[in-house]
Amino acid sequence: MADMDKKPLRFLLQAFNYSLFMGVVWFFSNSPSVSLIGEDEAKITIAFSHAGQLREPCRMLSQEELNKLAPNMRKLDDCPRERSPVIIEAELDGKSIYSASLPPPGLFGDGGVDVFYSAKIPAGEHQLNLKMNDSVRVEGFNHQFARLVTVEPAQILLIAFNSKNGFVIKPASK
Amino acid sequence: MIINPLKRVYLALESWFNLSFGTEWNPLYHLGTLSFFLFWIILVSGIYLFVPFHGSLEGAHASVEAITHQQWYAGGVMRSLHRYASDAVIVTVLLHMFKEFASGRYRGFRWFSWVTGIPNLWMIVTIGITGYWLVWDEMAQYIAVGSAQLMDALPIFSGAMTRNFVSGGMTDRFFILIEFLHLLGQPMLLMFMLWLHVKRLSNVNINPPRGLAIGTFVALLALSLVAPATSHAPADLGRVPSELHIDWFYLNVYPLLEIWPPGQVWMLTIGLTLLLMMVPWLLPKKDGPKAVVDLDNCNGCGICFEDCPFDAITLQARTDGARYDHEVVVDPALCAACGICAGSCPASNPFRTPRGELKTGIDMPQLRVDELRRMTREAIEQMNTDIKIVVFGCEHGIDVLGLENDDTRGVKLICSGMLPPTLVEYALKYGADGVMVTGCRQNDCYYRFGNRWTRLRFDGERKPSLRARADRERILVQGGAEPDAPSIKRDLVGFRERLRKLKQITLAEAGE
Repeated sequence: MADMDKKPLRFLLQAFNYSLFMGVVWFFSNSPSVSLIGEDEAKITIAFSHAGQLREPCRMLSQEELNKLAPNMRKLDDCPRERSPVIIEAELDGKSIYSASLPPPGLFGDGGVDVFYSAKIPAGEHQLNLKMNDSVRVEGFNHQFARLVTVEPAQILLIAFNSKNGFVIKPASK
Repeated sequence: MIINPLKRVYLALESWFNLSFGTEWNPLYHLGTLSFFLFWIILVSGIYLFVPFHGSLEGAHASVEAITHQQWYAGGVMRSLHRYASDAVIVTVLLHMFKEFASGRYRGFRWFSWVTGIPNLWMIVTIGITGYWLVWDEMAQYIAVGSAQLMDALPIFSGAMTRNFVSGGMTDRFFILIEFLHLLGQPMLLMFMLWLHVKRLSNVNINPPRGLAIGTFVALLALSLVAPATSHAPADLGRVPSELHIDWFYLNVYPLLEIWPPGQVWMLTIGLTLLLMMVPWLLPKKDGPKAVVDLDNCNGCGICFEDCPFDAITLQARTDGARYDHEVVVDPALCAACGICAGSCPASNPFRTPRGELKTGIDMPQLRVDELRRMTREAIEQMNTDIKIVVFGCEHGIDVLGLENDDTRGVKLICSGMLPPTLVEYALKYGADGVMVTGCRQNDCYYRFGNRWTRLRFDGERKPSLRARADRERILVQGGAEPDAPSIKRDLVGFRERLRKLKQITLAEAGE
């Protein structure tokens, strides 16, 4: 290739190329922007970990059954490990927004279930109903939650669950 | 010669940069070294930022803000340099990939460099992601939740990670883990992968020309002063960030999570990565037969070992009982079949056996040096004109056969570095008035060093050098790609005129 002899012109071209390079770097390091939520929208998130109740209750062994076992294996009760699936339903203003039946994980089906659901909802006042069944030995839903909630635009309404208090609305930590 | 459209685009870009920077500073010839230089900027600026940085959920954002605003002239500039150099690396790496792909330098013997290069890009991207995470602003929050969603889509996490983040599981300890990854774990892994990437290359250079380095640094500094890098508002896991000015160089995968489930995003990224890694076999090209050593003609001088661009030649203790200390061994798996070794072998001297077969220490089965000598002789004999020009050229530059006419004959080499300098002398001695050597564009040899070694050999700066008695006036070295054919033809016309004048002077002197 023929090299240019005119140094000033070459420096000018270099300056142009560097400017173009930096222009590309600057533009894509900031743009285009991403809009994650509308002005009148908020988000509901249901997130918790919960182990369903045991499928079958513990059973006390009879003396006859205990006698059949080796002396070092004579545990008084027999507790099957398998847990119940967690069935959860969520309604917002009477409309179902989430419904799931989550089987217990693990080789023996004895693990805790991770519940995670997140969706955009309109900001404002809503009637929130949550129902959960965590035992195959119970008909219907053994945990229920109904609350009138108000969500501000861009707010994340975080719903959790714990065995002691049931469903709770958590303030999200920073 | 048909050039594929991608290569045409690359050659046009290369021409433009040659015009602007010259062949020595052309950034397209230094994309690898330029990336390394940008890494140095990132490293130095990163160390500066690390000192006042507070690696905790409560302190991170505030400390970054203090660095950015209270000390804008130092910390702020350093932060901007850190960010923009990181972005520039993605540009140089992508251009590097484009260049290698467009010019066909990704398959055959090069498969290893290509395959090990693709994960490097992802490695760099993940370092950038953890870097943005450390700022712990709204963008970091977006990254944290998005990354957790991606991790949860893998069978090992099963939903626990996202729940952990949104319900307050982001702790200082986790933050320190991210800090460790960004500062030590990922860079160490990247260094290892870069070593692997260049493992099959010799004479690896990691420093760009000084002028190019200075220009790049000044440009980054100017951008840092004109548009300093800033943060978003502090992270708040109780709110959704409304609008984010994300860095598309690093975070381009995350917006996909807004429209696709994480599993599909994984499928796309893994699928694209595998597709890119398989390209050498999807568009294969067979290498030529590999170099062969003839121990009877090898004295183990090691010049071919020095010149091999792909580390395919090793020196080992002599095994044939000859009086020399070493012999060379070619690893066929690494050999590019370029023939540069044959050009470097002192035994490839056509004057050694004027009548008999020319056997050299290391040779190419598909184009032996003896065959090259025969072709040169025949080319000269075919011309019956007052001026006779022999043009040696390679397979990847301009087509030498396209330059042929009554007084010009072409001899095609595998690479211009395959040309033994003594063959130029031989051509001049046995009837050629001039010898032109073409090849790839200067500093852009398909086989890395072919045209560079040729110039250095002709300038007497590298063995085997062209002897002083070879008349330089009658030798023209001019590399170029196919689009440069018109300018090379013009140079050839000028060269022909020069030879004609030289001949007239010689005849006049003989007459006197």
